[in-house]
Amino acid sequence: MGLLSKKDIKLITDPLADNNPITIQVLGICSALAITAELKASIVMSIAVLFVMGLGNLTISLMRNIIPSKIRIIVQLIVVASLVIIVDLVLKAFAYELSKTLSVFVGLIITNCIIMGRFEAFALGNGPVRSFIDGVGNALGYALILIIVGFFRELLGSGTLLGYKVLGDPIEKTGVYAFGYENNGFMLLAPMALITVGIIIWVQRSRNEALIEDN
Amino acid sequence: MEHLELFFKSIFVDNMVFATFLGMCSYLAVSKKVSTAVGLGAAVIFVMAITVPLNWLLDQYILQDGALAWLGEEYAAYDLSFLSFIMFIATIATMVQLVEIIVEKFAPALYNSLGIFLPLIAVNCAILGGSLFMQSREIASLDLAFNYGVSSGIGFFLAILTIAAIREKIRYSNIPAPLRGLGITFIITGLMAIGFMSFGGMLTGGDEETIKEEQTVQVKVKDNDKELVINEKETKE
Repeated sequence: MGLLSKKDIKLITDPLADNNPITIQVLGICSALAITAELKASIVMSIAVLFVMGLGNLTISLMRNIIPSKIRIIVQLIVVASLVIIVDLVLKAFAYELSKTLSVFVGLIITNCIIMGRFEAFALGNGPVRSFIDGVGNALGYALILIIVGFFRELLGSGTLLGYKVLGDPIEKTGVYAFGYENNGFMLLAPMALITVGIIIWVQRSRNEALIEDN
Repeated sequence: MEHLELFFKSIFVDNMVFATFLGMCSYLAVSKKVSTAVGLGAAVIFVMAITVPLNWLLDQYILQDGALAWLGEEYAAYDLSFLSFIMFIATIATMVQLVEIIVEKFAPALYNSLGIFLPLIAVNCAILGGSLFMQSREIASLDLAFNYGVSSGIGFFLAILTIAAIREKIRYSNIPAPLRGLGITFIITGLMAIGFMSFGGMLTGGDEETIKEEQTVQVKVKDNDKELVINEKETKE
């Protein structure tokens, strides 16, 4: 017996694939689409959500027996809002440029349905340790999609990864640009994020037919 | 004119769903039938029309840097803007609860049609997003804030209505099985967003013209009378 039982490991691995919060549970789409034009922003956003979800699930789970069910939504919102303020202030202090790119979307972690969804579905009915693991697992599943989308959008859109010119210099025509390759600026625009996620869903559901909707 | 511009800008150019991806979750989850989509859209317009002006007042008189000056000079140095997330969301959550109670009491028919959507709206990112954009875009006055709330709500309404209509239509089309449901909805939304991007040129074009006019005015002030005439001819050509 290790530190984590089989059930706990399942809590982490499930959201990474067959119960992914974005592509299957349809939670937390807004931020996933808006900030993925750069890989770096996606990674920072993922870390922020990981922090808020892990601690938020833990807090709600600890308080689950004393929250009156009628006002639970307000209590949940206050818990998330306090955690998000911490994230926002840390970002402003240590990565000011990045916090400008993310703009209001850091604040919108509060209403990110992935967080409320997991509070309602899991943390209100389970113990603190399992809730924490569930929060981390779901945040990782969210991070996975964000990083895939961010990777493709930055690579195809501006030919860079994390700001490094991996495909060569488009102006001096080095690397692949020497063969006439051009950046697809369209990838950086909003609509392509939607289409990229659509394609990820397509690939995932072709691999696992049990996930197909009957429309 | 300012009102009209903001109105069309928030509906078409900065559409909540297509340009900033706010309210995506409920947009995807509640757009299977036109009738429910209309219910949610109406509830969003209603709640945004109330919360955006309310949060504007909160921002203007409590949260902004130096906003507490009306309490007395010693309070003028406070900057409470780091509290804006928690204040905005608390306002929205309580307002939604209040609206729910009022509507249930005085308009039971409306309550039944909005029903389950009202409590859901508290966690709709379009609502909080509206207030946060109102803050970051520095909307100048209370009536403009009201205008912004209503027109952003209408933009959301328009988006969810069209996607619901399309989804009802494509139910009978032969879509590849893995794309059915969520996948094709994402791709259609992407295509609609491309369509909405074409509105982008409408208002920016106007801005450039006003900038040019200002430049010619500056030239006129600086130059002598003779050069002034030449300049005017050039601009006319």
